[in-house]
Amino acid sequence: MTRPSVLTARGIRKTLGEGAGRVEALKGVSLTVHDRELTLLMGPSGSGKTTLLSILGCLLSADEGTLELDGEVLNGKSSEQLARVRRDHIGYVFQSYNLFPTLSAVENTALCLDVRGVGQAEALRRSQEALDAVGLTHRMNAYPRTMSGGEKQRVAIARALVGEPSIILADEPTSALDAENGRAVMQLLSDVARDRGRAVLAVTHDHRTEAFADRIVEIEDGMINGSRRPAHSETGATADLSNVTPLPTAGSKNPTSSEPRSPSPKNRRTGSSGKRRASKAKR
Amino acid sequence: MVFTLALRNLIHDRVRFLVTLVGVVFSIVLVSIQFGLYKGTEAKILAVLDNTRADLWVTAKEAPAFDDAALLDGREEYAALAVDGVDRVETLLAMFGRWKRPNGGITTTLLVGIHTDRDVVTPWNMVAGNVADLKLPDSVIVDRAYADKLGVSSLGATAEIRDQSVRVVGLTEGIRSFTTLPIVFTSNDTMRALMGIPGDRATFVQIHVKPGADVSAVQSALATKLPNADVLTDAQFRNRSVNHWMFGTGAGAALIMGAVLGLIVGMVIVAQTLYASANDHINEFATLRALGSSSGYIHKVILWQAVLSAGIGFAIAIGMAYAVAALLADTSLQVLISAHMAALIFGITVVMCVVSAISAIVKVTRIDPAMVFNR
Repeated sequence: MTRPSVLTARGIRKTLGEGAGRVEALKGVSLTVHDRELTLLMGPSGSGKTTLLSILGCLLSADEGTLELDGEVLNGKSSEQLARVRRDHIGYVFQSYNLFPTLSAVENTALCLDVRGVGQAEALRRSQEALDAVGLTHRMNAYPRTMSGGEKQRVAIARALVGEPSIILADEPTSALDAENGRAVMQLLSDVARDRGRAVLAVTHDHRTEAFADRIVEIEDGMINGSRRPAHSETGATADLSNVTPLPTAGSKNPTSSEPRSPSPKNRRTGSSGKRRASKAKR
Repeated sequence: MVFTLALRNLIHDRVRFLVTLVGVVFSIVLVSIQFGLYKGTEAKILAVLDNTRADLWVTAKEAPAFDDAALLDGREEYAALAVDGVDRVETLLAMFGRWKRPNGGITTTLLVGIHTDRDVVTPWNMVAGNVADLKLPDSVIVDRAYADKLGVSSLGATAEIRDQSVRVVGLTEGIRSFTTLPIVFTSNDTMRALMGIPGDRATFVQIHVKPGADVSAVQSALATKLPNADVLTDAQFRNRSVNHWMFGTGAGAALIMGAVLGLIVGMVIVAQTLYASANDHINEFATLRALGSSSGYIHKVILWQAVLSAGIGFAIAIGMAYAVAALLADTSLQVLISAHMAALIFGITVVMCVVSAISAIVKVTRIDPAMVFNR
């Protein structure tokens, strides 16, 4: 069964820099992100994953290609219109948390609602609920300087959730965390996708996070290299890989299937061990 | 939340906030004192005019100010009485006179001769003696502030004006002139006797129009009748006096320039610190932008920072300015800061800080929200 698509990018191209420093960061990327799925976008440094995330998050404009979010085509919108799209449809989780050091956890979360014009009392009430949901009831009034990395990232997730966006975009959500906190954060993102019915797209190069993914999209040299579903994935969703070059598999150097391929032995190992890690994290 | 964020941003950078406050306080203390000196100077220029009442003034042609006017020709009082709408007419004498101190020193004074039987002009702020005693021949009233300069410090003391003896019958407090010449009140009769002024001549003729009469019409009619004199409304005469001393001498321009320089220095300091603060918080502003805030929301944060800096800086500065004004109250440097002026200075402070915020606003307006993913 295919989940409804939330975000669809087609033929995205982006060139960065000028003159000798000019780099074609994205070379016609197409990608669909589905509801109730945690999708990982993985690739080495310089592969274009952050540029793609910025474009998908309406923070950067593509040179070519179309972007559709919740059925709305975003091409040609002004910066203020894009700000409104971000405000109403997208939640962000940043690598460095990007919390406001002068605001408490609940205020940091409420800020996301304040920019939408939600009244202060309502914003604080909903923020408390969001912090409850990420297990930070006892840290509502704590300031970022007194929090651990894991707590900060959970506040960031609460902030991303509180506005009830269609999609949450996470940039290296575990890279600043130790293994235990990294697992907890990935579990949280996975729960957000499955239990709260959000689409979650996380950029990462941390292979330990694969255990929590419903789908893994690999990007290299500005192109999608392939997509796969880890063995543990139970969503049954079908990835839209119509413009994606699948990863090479044994016996087929250049397969044309647009469906996610079955996990390779290596992937299966990752998947099963990841599943164990996920279960452990849940416990 | 905008206010909270702005306030916390300010307080978070304590050293920078202190620098901002120093800039605002320095600037606003300077502006307040310059404005206060301007008003104090204006008050001294208008000291007598503020304490007399007239709808129209007849002065010598192009007389620049109250304390720098020549005698009129001598038929103005009667000409005025013949104009429709004129209720009553008073004459007033004002001219420089040489005052010889008891110890022999000479000081130039501004002698003001008044009608002792009318209340048109009377010495105010009396602290000793009685105005009615001016009816006595050769009596004068002087201000305590000029006691040393005049060589008299108590009632009954004597000195000489144009070699004729005068006696102090009253003392006032706080009546100062812009020119620093002591104002010496005496009766019209004594002044005429001392200065040899004929009975039909005066320095000014004060016109009081009948209730309901058109002051402009009376002014025009009088101007036609008195081609060798100026007929001015009270406001016109006040403006002429202020303009002469303030801008004819450059004193006012110097005070205003001082205030403007204070504002410029304040703006530079505040602009620099707000810009640096915006720069320090650039990632937070970029995060706000990424979260979907409008540009206006971020501008509000910076403007609140500016307004808060203005408010706190103003509160400190105006307190300091009032303290300086109190310290200078008994000196010739009079600093007058009214509640109205304080409100005006608060407005100037806010405008100064808001204008200073422009560079920071331009900075955050150019934020690329994508930088949140590149950090």
